[in-house]
Amino acid sequence: MTEPEVLISRTLRIGVILSVAILVLGTLVSYFGDSAYLLSAAELDRLHQPGAAMPQTIGQVLAGVSHLHGPSIISLGLLVLIATPVARVVMSILIFLKARDRLYVAITSCVFLLLLFSFLIGGR
Amino acid sequence: MTPLAFTVVAFCISLGAGFLGSLLGLGGGIIVIPALTLWLHVDIRYAIGASIVSVIATSSGAAATYVRQRLANLRVAMVLELATTAGAISGAYMAGQLAGRWLYLIFAFIMVYSAAMMFRSTQDEPLARHAPWADHLKLHSSYHDDRLGHEVLYRVAGTRIGLVLMYLAGGISGLLGIGSGVLKVPAMDLAMGLPIKVSTATSNLMIGVTAAASAGVYFVRGDIDPFVAAPVALGVLLGALAGSRVMGRIPTSMLRAVFVVVVLVVASQMLWKGFHL
Repeated sequence: MTEPEVLISRTLRIGVILSVAILVLGTLVSYFGDSAYLLSAAELDRLHQPGAAMPQTIGQVLAGVSHLHGPSIISLGLLVLIATPVARVVMSILIFLKARDRLYVAITSCVFLLLLFSFLIGGR
Repeated sequence: MTPLAFTVVAFCISLGAGFLGSLLGLGGGIIVIPALTLWLHVDIRYAIGASIVSVIATSSGAAATYVRQRLANLRVAMVLELATTAGAISGAYMAGQLAGRWLYLIFAFIMVYSAAMMFRSTQDEPLARHAPWADHLKLHSSYHDDRLGHEVLYRVAGTRIGLVLMYLAGGISGLLGIGSGVLKVPAMDLAMGLPIKVSTATSNLMIGVTAAASAGVYFVRGDIDPFVAAPVALGVLLGALAGSRVMGRIPTSMLRAVFVVVVLVVASQMLWKGFHL
């Protein structure tokens, strides 16, 4: 069996590399796929004002990706990045399960639940 | 400014922030947020949203190496992450309720504190205190010190005070979109008696999870704008990678002195903006 440290290290590295690849792809698609994105200054104005935020759901992001919408591909890359530490926590749960360390399975599961909870309270 | 120019400038600023941040032992966030808000006039919420994502990228990259070298204490990280994630969620939630001016004011304060902390001495003092919680949680461990050439055993103490400090560090991280390693590392090596190398490595591991909790809140709220976040995340990550390569070849004492001057100027600008917003 691969050592826990190597498994965790690998999870983190793969997550970061994968998200970087998607971010670069999304940026390229944004600029080459849609010339309005390249020229429109309206996109920029939005960023200077508070309260212009566009709440996003994972469903919207995936729908955008299926239409090869550049910014949605970037959001997917950002989601992969956010999911990387979460994957590390899931990996840790499995490692502690395998070691039959009940106390740490419980602690790690609590951290995992807190992470899921964070996606629920942002909506308001 | 055209969107393309914005992307390029934001990328270059982030590259520099990541580079400088890794040389100074700070994250990129504390540098990239003022640069985005003061120079590119990006609203502070988007700057924070972009920064928190870049924090995940750099800390995960660094942690991958530290974990493999067995410098990070996985158990300490897991226990303290209970507190940092809870804190991060509280902080990120509060950031949505507070007016922008408070974010500028608190940010200026944390910036000055971070600069001051760079000059603290990093002496390890052995703690032989009675530590029932750490005993029960089996937190004591060892690491291989390359400089000494042998395995160093260490004991952990002050678990409860550590949890309280981590909740606060997580809160600041969630509120301001920074990694707040500058709060986590002292909490571990001063309050809990972990060796400085282990504290730094474990802090990096924890920062990723802490930032992911904040990022969840920011993402759903819509504060992580793909347009700003992509160049910032890529720039800070590449800059930090480059920084870790040249580390040791650049004298940091000179760099620190310059940084303190920069911090004082930038922090006063952030304060000014906070008062006049």
